[in-house]
Amino acid sequence: MSERAKEILVVGLILILSIIVYLGKVGGWIGALAFSPAVSIVVIILIFLALVWMLVRTLRGQLLDRRIVFLFVALAVVLPFFMSITQEIKISPEVQQLYDALESLPPGSKVLVSFDYDPPSAPELQPMAESFLRYCLLNDLKVIIMGLWPQGPQQADLALQAALADPRVQQKNLEYGVDYVNLGFQAGNEFVIQRMGANIESMFPRDYTGSAYRDLPLVRNVKNFSNIDYAFNLSAGYPGTQEWVQVAVDRYGLWMGAGNTAVQAPMMYAYVNAGQLEGLLGGMNGAAEFELLTGLPGKGTKYMLSQSFAHMVVIAFVIIGNAAFLTSGRKKQPLGQGK
Amino acid sequence: MEHIAVWVAAFLTLGIVSFLYKDNPWYKLSESIFVGISAGYWFVVLFWDNVHGKFWTGVFPPEEYDAAGNVITKDPDWMLWIGALLGILMLARLVPKFGWISRWPLAFIVGSTAGLYLINYFSSNMMRQVQGTIMPLFGMWQTDPATGEVMFQAFSTYDVVGNLVILIGTFTGLVYFFFSKEHRGVFGATAKVGIFFLMITFGASFGYTVMSRMSLLIGRVDFLFGTWLGLIK
Repeated sequence: MSERAKEILVVGLILILSIIVYLGKVGGWIGALAFSPAVSIVVIILIFLALVWMLVRTLRGQLLDRRIVFLFVALAVVLPFFMSITQEIKISPEVQQLYDALESLPPGSKVLVSFDYDPPSAPELQPMAESFLRYCLLNDLKVIIMGLWPQGPQQADLALQAALADPRVQQKNLEYGVDYVNLGFQAGNEFVIQRMGANIESMFPRDYTGSAYRDLPLVRNVKNFSNIDYAFNLSAGYPGTQEWVQVAVDRYGLWMGAGNTAVQAPMMYAYVNAGQLEGLLGGMNGAAEFELLTGLPGKGTKYMLSQSFAHMVVIAFVIIGNAAFLTSGRKKQPLGQGK
Repeated sequence: MEHIAVWVAAFLTLGIVSFLYKDNPWYKLSESIFVGISAGYWFVVLFWDNVHGKFWTGVFPPEEYDAAGNVITKDPDWMLWIGALLGILMLARLVPKFGWISRWPLAFIVGSTAGLYLINYFSSNMMRQVQGTIMPLFGMWQTDPATGEVMFQAFSTYDVVGNLVILIGTFTGLVYFFFSKEHRGVFGATAKVGIFFLMITFGASFGYTVMSRMSLLIGRVDFLFGTWLGLIK
């Protein structure tokens, strides 16, 4: 059998298996999988032994195919979803600071939330958005949503739906326009923030649903940032937290915290240390810590086990890679004399 | 319809992931669909938000009515024509003979952006950061609000170590970037410590990048095994 035929056979098998599982899901005769704690530990030990075996092979001079690395990272991400073990999450000072800031707000305070990201960053930022909105709505904080990215308000809408689906939030009978509002997207990047410092309505004359700004009771009397008690920015790049700090915080004195993708987070810690940001949620870890603090476990907590396993596998492969480098006999060549 | 959407999303996700095995037609198809849809989506968004939403409705304001049904008249914003003109001049690049004209709007953008950013960055990313770095190392003199007594409030060991790391890291890092003196002797050793701090910073940044990329993979895995196949709780 040719290689192409084998590949087609494997894809076909995966397709047939997927159809069976999907029909099982729709028909209700296949449910969610869950390993018992004992099986989970056996799986972890097997992965560990496989990694040790690969290290030994590498030390003997047998190099690995790069696809083995991908396979193990995939296993490290997928298997923890089915494991019944929990992971300890430690609260970092930046997350605690954000939580304390929110706790200090009296009920009825107006919180501006800017959704500056799109679906590619949703796995990291959506858990933060959902838990943040859920916390605000449960604690009677009035939420004003906006976005500097075109798809931000759509992400906000999804997060709002998730937060409003919580039975405790439903009991509060919250009303759109009174307890929360989505002002939608406005093009113009940091210039939008600058104009909002003088007049928010000039940038958002209508909300996401098309209602006039002055017809919405929640924002009718919100003229500019001086009427906002706290702001939270969910950012995946430009425009994002940096622009909010430069314009809204440093020029208009807006009190603000942020939730960032992990790529961005290291640059934002400087703003926290300088007192320009009041708290920071960095990546999925930040989301999980915030969920733990608020007592509202969500996707962040659920994803953390996979995140930790994947990191351990990556570290293992960094060690294996270095072992391969050291045992391959490569010597440092003087400059200009390398082949 | 929802079933079809989920299957299409799963098909395209697996198509992109299949590149890890090797380049193949499934991956190429998924990639082309992604690029095509992205380009189309952004064209539509930018057209309706900028050309129509900002320029057209600014120059030709639509009729609006207040709660009583009276027409609210808005004055056209003629300044927007300047932006439109600069935008049109940018298209001169499409005609090689008049391509030089496109340098004018470009010069305007570069000049105005540099001017605006200079203020923002100087204030937020320089002065405030310098201010944030100049801080007491071991503790602060504070007045007790109850007694009015001035007393020394020592920082915790954790904070003191953190402050010392910031002090040493900032100083040695700056020394490394000082190239007017040869990096030898005590000066060279200090610069070397600076390199260590820089490397640790880059390492932390790389770790966060790995975390970010893993999060994206976790999101897709949750979709495939949860939303699509229903195997995750």
